[in-house]
Amino acid sequence: MSEEALRTENISKSFGRVTALRDASVRLNKGEVLGLLGDNGAGKSTLMKILTGFHKPDGGKIYFLGKEIELKSVSHARSLGIEPVYQDLALVNELNVYRNMFLQREIMVGGPLRILNDGAMREFAREHLNEMGVNIPSVDVEIARLSGGQRQAIAVARSVYANAKVLLLDEPTAAMGVRETAVILDLIRRLKERGDVSIIVVAHNYAHVFEVCDRVNLLQNGRITFDRATKDSSVQELLNLVLHEIREARGQVGKA
Amino acid sequence: MPGDKVDSLPTGKAQIPGAESHGLARRAGLFLLHSREASIALAAIILIIYFGSTAAAFLSPGNIANLAEYAATTAIIAAGEVMVIICGEVDLSAGNVYALSPFVMYFAHQAGAPFVLAILLGLLAAAAVGLINGFITVVLEVPSFITTLGTLYLINGFTLTISNGYPVQPNGSPFIINFFGGTPISQISWAIGITLLFQFILNKTRWGLHTIATGGNLLGAAEIGIKVGKIKIGNFIICSCLGGLAGILDTFRISSIDPLAGGTDIMFMAIASSVIGGTLLTGGSGTVIGAFLGAAVLGILKNGFTLIGVSAFTFDMILGAAILATMIINVRLSRLRAAGGKR
Ligand SMILES: Nc1ncnc2c1ncn2[C@@H]1O[C@H](COP(=O)(O)OP(=O)(O)OP(=O)(O)O)[C@@H](O)[C@H]1O
Ligand SMILES: [Mg+2]
Repeated sequence: MSEEALRTENISKSFGRVTALRDASVRLNKGEVLGLLGDNGAGKSTLMKILTGFHKPDGGKIYFLGKEIELKSVSHARSLGIEPVYQDLALVNELNVYRNMFLQREIMVGGPLRILNDGAMREFAREHLNEMGVNIPSVDVEIARLSGGQRQAIAVARSVYANAKVLLLDEPTAAMGVRETAVILDLIRRLKERGDVSIIVVAHNYAHVFEVCDRVNLLQNGRITFDRATKDSSVQELLNLVLHEIREARGQVGKA
Repeated sequence: MPGDKVDSLPTGKAQIPGAESHGLARRAGLFLLHSREASIALAAIILIIYFGSTAAAFLSPGNIANLAEYAATTAIIAAGEVMVIICGEVDLSAGNVYALSPFVMYFAHQAGAPFVLAILLGLLAAAAVGLINGFITVVLEVPSFITTLGTLYLINGFTLTISNGYPVQPNGSPFIINFFGGTPISQISWAIGITLLFQFILNKTRWGLHTIATGGNLLGAAEIGIKVGKIKIGNFIICSCLGGLAGILDTFRISSIDPLAGGTDIMFMAIASSVIGGTLLTGGSGTVIGAFLGAAVLGILKNGFTLIGVSAFTFDMILGAAILATMIINVRLSRLRAAGGKR
């Protein structure tokens, strides 16, 4: 059995009266790409935000590289190499591309005022985005002026830049065109080949998940209900499973 | 494009097709459009020309000193308001800290503290108010408009209580007095120094970057790991301290500490200066230099109208209309600015 990168045990989380997660247990192996599927509101983003240190779980345990840890903050998680790409992207419209790329990880010339080294950040950002094939007019433009797909590419590039050990991608291709989606999927594949990073991808597109993921999990009502290697399963099997449940639920409503 | 005369700017601006074929007027127009500070500076210049030609006394050295002192105080408070407004909040209490800090300084000095220490204690009291504003807003989640409305009255009552409602005279060595705002030159130097310092902090330091991020996308900034609460509280403290500093500087200028000085009047002037200068009340964007120019414009309006003999009643109407007119123009301009580069 392969080594684990990140694992949760019985994570639960409620927001007031809404229970987003109950007993959610996931396991991400080293070097693996795990697809996380589930309906709207199933708790996928909540689980991701717990793993990025943004939310504190109400209960349950988190293991990172085999050791139980408490993620104290996003900065803490990022310092461990757990890098998030949020569904809302967490980009600041008023700031330009390279300042967004380095947000909360700025290169500074130092001093008591912590003066920014814009030259270095601009250069590194430009190089990195070029390398990743992200197509934008310039790293000096404000994020507000970019298209949805370009923003998404920047958010993904930002997380990859940081030498991440674990990447948490929450719907990284949601607003993207065919070409941009291909770029992101290709990027995930290339990262997998590199072998030193483990990735969880949340997605609604089953085909995408089966294209790039080694394993697929289904999150339903705050629990993982399905966990299988993609090579032992198929889009059709999962679709059948979910559709079957919908029919069953309808049937029960009908009977009641 | 002929390759011999390429703009040395690394931003690629030189590549805008046909940019060099436009005339000077068009360039000036573009500059006005793209620099938030330019339009307010232009307004200031027009007003100076207008009052300079209608009121003989306007450009006299005495009046310029007057004007500079008035605008300086407002500009110092406005610098703090800009920081708070950019991170998406507002501080209504700064004008009352303006009255509080000098009294704390005065009593500390009476109690035997050397002057510099007394001034520091005055600023410390201001910082404490900022901390309270920040704490109630960030931790107890009361909107800052309400928080600082509450502390506005609290501080006002407190200052009136400790002063018994009577003004007092500060003393201090001539050096202290002259250094801390006793002369117009000193006053305006403080204002310019503070303006440049905070413009620098805003644009070139991590604190400024995180302030913009906090106001621009509160959730996103938190999601990426910025301690947005710390940023907000810090800026409340900065704003309060600048309010206190402005009060202390004015104390030495008019050699009197008045419990009723400042208050909502100067606070609204400071906020108006910020907004007129191009800082958006919605957060995420602002300029300290713009606020300085905004304070200058308001000062010029007030002073100029007084000189040409407009009555105080009429003046308020004109001032109100002027604020509205400036804002309408500013909003139009920023719309144009936003539309200019999009899509
Ligand atoms: N900050 C919050 N405050 C209150 N309720 C929340 C919060 N975040 C999530 N929820 C609730 O928790 C549940 C799970 O939400 P979550 O965002 O994790 O779903 P999701 O699986 O990511 O859905 P989607 O596919 O639509 O992105 C939902 O009912 C949602 O309304
Ligand atoms: Mg989600």
